[in-house]
Amino acid sequence: MNIYVCIKQVPDTETKIKLNSDNSGIDTAGIKWIMSPYDEFAIEEALRLRDKNPGSTVTVLSAGPARVVETIRTALAMGADNGIHIETPESADNNRAAKALAGALKKEPKVDIVFTGKEAIDDGAAQVGQLTAEYVGIPHVTVVLAVEYGATSLKCKREIEGGAFEMVETPLPALIAAQKGMNEPRYASLPNIMKAKKKEVKALKESDIGTSDADQKIRYKNFQLPPAKQAGKKIAGDPATQAKELARLLHEEAKVI
Amino acid sequence: MAKVFVIVEQRDGRLKKSTFELLGASAAAGNDTHAILLGDGVADLAKELGAYGASKVHVVQNASLKNYTAEAYCAAIAELAKSVGPDVILASHSPTGRDFMPKLAAKLNAGLASDCIQLGFDGGKLKVRRPVYAGKATVEVEFVGSGPQLATVRPNALGIPKPDSSRSAEIMSFTPSLGDLKTKVAEVVQGSSARPDVTEASVVVSGGRSLKSAENFKVLEEMADVLGAAVGASRAAVDAGFRPHRDQVGQTGKVVSPTLYIACGISGAIQHLAGMRSSKVIVAINTDPEAPIFQVADYGIVGDLFALVPLLKEEFKKTKEH
Repeated sequence: MNIYVCIKQVPDTETKIKLNSDNSGIDTAGIKWIMSPYDEFAIEEALRLRDKNPGSTVTVLSAGPARVVETIRTALAMGADNGIHIETPESADNNRAAKALAGALKKEPKVDIVFTGKEAIDDGAAQVGQLTAEYVGIPHVTVVLAVEYGATSLKCKREIEGGAFEMVETPLPALIAAQKGMNEPRYASLPNIMKAKKKEVKALKESDIGTSDADQKIRYKNFQLPPAKQAGKKIAGDPATQAKELARLLHEEAKVI
Repeated sequence: MAKVFVIVEQRDGRLKKSTFELLGASAAAGNDTHAILLGDGVADLAKELGAYGASKVHVVQNASLKNYTAEAYCAAIAELAKSVGPDVILASHSPTGRDFMPKLAAKLNAGLASDCIQLGFDGGKLKVRRPVYAGKATVEVEFVGSGPQLATVRPNALGIPKPDSSRSAEIMSFTPSLGDLKTKVAEVVQGSSARPDVTEASVVVSGGRSLKSAENFKVLEEMADVLGAAVGASRAAVDAGFRPHRDQVGQTGKVVSPTLYIACGISGAIQHLAGMRSSKVIVAINTDPEAPIFQVADYGIVGDLFALVPLLKEEFKKTKEH
């Protein structure tokens, strides 16, 4: 099987976000970049599927500036076979990224299945998977916790609200967006990290695919940090007094219960 | 004035509150608000939508729309959009809305702003703000190029309008030609919990690692039941196996904005704060007076949650009874 995984490089979750001087974006200096955590589940699922189907390959794709190659290397160190980097500008929106990814996928001889994370934790838009699937012309299933693999179709357990699930059936090829809990992602071993350095990462430019600024549908502007909260009220006393006072404040002052 | 589609969300014959929020916001801005009700055997739900602000309701029915799939929803909505020509299409940023709206955007060659927390209209154009880095910052979204403007809106972000039963909408039916569909939902497996989802609830009670065990969450559940609240958890509590991941609040879990968020034994790691700081009122209960959670709390109690929560439950019960 030809298995593909779309991944994104994002700032580490512990990053304190600072804005640049004209509020047109964030200050990226000093940021530690990581693979978006949901993509790790996508890679693990792809590797397991490859190992159950001898002769299969896992190719990892990422769109973004030059720095994302480092995250592709991380995926290769986890065990993926090949990497493709499509160079897109920092400001590319979801639509432009998805068109780039879909364009790269369409250059491949055959795509059997595509995995990705259910969302990236930077932008949190949860768009690129579905957009990519639509541009490739295949169905998508998002927020997937488990997949039953058939020869030509899949049965996916998709998480919805309130602890409920949808059992979604789709033919192959399809795009599957992983939810945390789908599997336990492996760590890269030292020998694999060494091997990953020698693996090929194909470099594509937007001009190779035919995407450009014209594929940009939205732009982010006027970045703001959340307003600093005024110091809250500390409620003193013994527990019984504190409980009574909190209930009173929530009812009479905040009017939320 | 803009022509606005609001994609109605219903499950098992019940309309979701988030739909009312969208209808209210669109109608309040004076738009021509079209509610798009998709499903099978859902026509009875159409009447209620007018009271919340819909001027027209398109009832879109087909057996393939009984159980939601992105494929069938997008085919039907895109077909209707081609004949009606909306300027704006809104849906809730729910498990349903977030799944199909990107596909719809691609079909309509449109831009999509996801998970908006502010929604306004400016001369028939959408003006929205959304969080990035799970709320560590927010951005205004500028739509570039032509085509309709699409947005999904975070549940609870706008507030539910008061229904006005004197208002009614014009109800029309639309029969989509869905063609061959590849995907289908074979089954919907209901959750075992009767509690609301953390992303939908207007009150969320959350616990951290200080709860010490899965069993101890019962203390929070009992208080949550008094408030009709959802029960959430920090990443530490989820990683420790006390709660399932679907209850996790934070940057790698759910981002919530309830009216009231009660954090019990949660220290307030940056990634947790990102997931709940847009809540309207925040209460923190923690033994550590230096815990970062107190920096975002409107009301803080330094103390032991095991002593406080049972007392609070009784106090809330009294308040509710009055």
